[in-house]
Amino acid sequence: MDTIFYTLQDFMIHSKSITYILIGGILIGLMLFWLFLTGRDEKKRTF
Amino acid sequence: MGISRRQFLGFLGAAAGTTAVSVKKSEAAANKEFKGYPGSFGVLHDTTRCIGCRKCEQACNKVNELPLPKIPFDDLSVLNTKRRTQQDAYTVVNRFVENNEGQPVFVKSQCNHCLEPACASACFVKALRKVKTGAVIYDASLCVGCRYCMIACPFNIPAYEYNNPLTPRIMKCTMCHPRIEKGLIPGCVESCPKEALTFGPREKLLKTARQRIEKYPDKYIDYIYGESEMGGTSWLYLSGRPFKEIGMREDLGIQPAATFTSGPLATVPVIVGLWPVLLTGIYAISKRKEKISEEERIEAVSRSVAVAGEVMKAKLAALKDTMTKEKEAAINLEVRRALEEAAKKSESEQQAESAKDEPSDTSKEDK
Amino acid sequence: MSQETARVNESIFTPFNVISGIIIIAGLIVTVLRFTKGLGAVTNLDNNNPWGIWIGFDLLCGVALAAGGFVTSAACYIFGLKRYHSAVRPAILTAFLGYALVVLALHYDVGRPWRLPYPIFISQGTTSLLFEVALCVFLYLSVLFIEYSPAALEWLGLKKIRSMIVKLTLVLTIFGVILSTLHQSSLGALFMIAPSKLHPLWYSNYLMVYFFVSSIFAGLSMVIFEGTLAHRYFHHKMDETHLKESKDVAFGFGKAASFVMMGYVGIKLIGISIDNNWHYLTTGWGVWYLFELIGFVALPAFIYAIAVREKNLRLVQSASLISIIGVVLNRFNISLVAFNWQLPSAERYFPSWSEIVISLFVVTLGIVVYRFIVTRMPIFYEHPDYQHDN
Repeated sequence: MDTIFYTLQDFMIHSKSITYILIGGILIGLMLFWLFLTGRDEKKRTF
Repeated sequence: MGISRRQFLGFLGAAAGTTAVSVKKSEAAANKEFKGYPGSFGVLHDTTRCIGCRKCEQACNKVNELPLPKIPFDDLSVLNTKRRTQQDAYTVVNRFVENNEGQPVFVKSQCNHCLEPACASACFVKALRKVKTGAVIYDASLCVGCRYCMIACPFNIPAYEYNNPLTPRIMKCTMCHPRIEKGLIPGCVESCPKEALTFGPREKLLKTARQRIEKYPDKYIDYIYGESEMGGTSWLYLSGRPFKEIGMREDLGIQPAATFTSGPLATVPVIVGLWPVLLTGIYAISKRKEKISEEERIEAVSRSVAVAGEVMKAKLAALKDTMTKEKEAAINLEVRRALEEAAKKSESEQQAESAKDEPSDTSKEDK
Repeated sequence: MSQETARVNESIFTPFNVISGIIIIAGLIVTVLRFTKGLGAVTNLDNNNPWGIWIGFDLLCGVALAAGGFVTSAACYIFGLKRYHSAVRPAILTAFLGYALVVLALHYDVGRPWRLPYPIFISQGTTSLLFEVALCVFLYLSVLFIEYSPAALEWLGLKKIRSMIVKLTLVLTIFGVILSTLHQSSLGALFMIAPSKLHPLWYSNYLMVYFFVSSIFAGLSMVIFEGTLAHRYFHHKMDETHLKESKDVAFGFGKAASFVMMGYVGIKLIGISIDNNWHYLTTGWGVWYLFELIGFVALPAFIYAIAVREKNLRLVQSASLISIIGVVLNRFNISLVAFNWQLPSAERYFPSWSEIVISLFVVTLGIVVYRFIVTRMPIFYEHPDYQHDN
């Protein structure tokens, strides 16, 4: 990417915005991965 | 007036030139170092030249179409009390202690247009931003009115329309951004009769300020306020008195406000990445413990069942044993009885044989 | 329930109703003033003091004291401390109401309340910690609403949706803990942008950690304190399990709070040490700081410890009240007392009557809604139809 940032503020707006979207994805991704990871485990009572 | 129109246009050209050059520099630096918008403008305020005439306040009021104050601008008695910027006054001049020559020092205050503005960093709707002219401008169409920018500003500049119930705005100096875009210079600079204000590219102003300090070392403190305060500001100040004495804080440091919060901001995503792992881990461990204790319970039960079984078996066996024994005994008894009977029978037969004169019906009966 | 209705029918003018009625009427009057004359007419806020008690109390304390929700649900569902199960529903309800009221109070404080969704949907100022707080409070309020909803659904008899939501319990709990960690700590970090305005004793790079850790014991203490009040006024609503477990909850939470608080005292001292702020302790500000730290953190922690050792329920309850006051004091110190400490006293802020009225109004509203819910919905008891579901 050749976006040029003249100020720290612009740079942070850019990088934080991407990071916020990323962490949303990570949160959902981790949940799905956990389901995949434990998919073949024997079923146990949830409570 | 600090500079002529022609000079100003020249600056614009120079700014465009430096822009082209520094773009390459920025790229080379891989965006790790931020030097601000190249050629952005600023104002140099030489407090030694200011006479406290309030012409700048008047011009500001007019240019920004603010309501006229009750006390007219030519009434200098307002200087007797210290003032700050307000929702209807983007700039105010204050009078401070007598200087060495017995003259009062006047200092104009307004938004300093930080290179890395604390207000913009604090704004959660991007209503405040630094633009390439050097101005920090405000967009009322986004503002929620949370006033966090006022908390953040180290110079206590932004003001708020507290008496506007539904559409209050943040009010602060715009460095006359609309005028700069039109090729004009800020209203206050234009109106200053003593050239206490100089408008121009910030880098050039820094040079000017240094030249003045060098030329008149007795007149100035060897310091340019705003060169590095809070990461640097577009407004720069020269003074003959320590800045502390003319109402300017010397303890702000050189870090941009954004660096104070960058740590916590960086912690946030890491927590989002780590917490699910940690918490699910704790959950899994507690679940596992629960499962183990459950299994142990089941095992204990089955073990006790098994033990009980053994005992039962033993008892059964014993029972069986006694039963067999009893049975055997019973059989033996029967056998013995039968044998005895047989013996008796043979005996009686023998007796009968020996006594043939006995009636025959008896023998028939025995058969 | 019939008993309650009968009692209400007897007389509407119970002391509770009269007092809360007066506060609500006063609150409504100030509400009208706020939205017709502006903040200037009802508050003592000015350009130097842009945040008053509506932020310092309603937002900062409201959020901290509503931490019981995430702490209790985490203890029960993540750490597997099933014996606290009966405490989860009251805690979630309090948290949900707490956050709802925080958002309500913000409508008074911000200039254009209908724009409160702007940071999330229109223009994301991601460099601001307030953005982080807004996002998390918005998400967490939704999570709390879902977590609370089974109680309402049981009351309404909507079994299908209820069982679907109950299946989500674990995911919601983990989400809740993440979101709480983030915004509780970010509330503290809000003030990190202004080191020039907040007194060095309260300003620290650890503000995030301080706010998070103090929210944990605020939440724990709040669960104990709320339990005390609930036992006094809603005893007849509680089922056997709740009554049996409540003592256990008080002692367990008291023990946890005590240790967390002592840890908190430790990290506060580390904060002073790392910035080398010892010399401030001998000033007036230092005395006030120690008053907060020793009088309202170390002392209640110690009282908790004694109470737990001696199995003294009343003492646990007193300690919880002192701890809650301590957290409120801490939030006030950071947002109001030690903020702008360098300004001359004439320029300092003190709340106006109408600001206090609105804060009381919001709290009263919370209590009224809480009462409405616990007298109708299965909060202190398990609904007979679902007893074996969880």
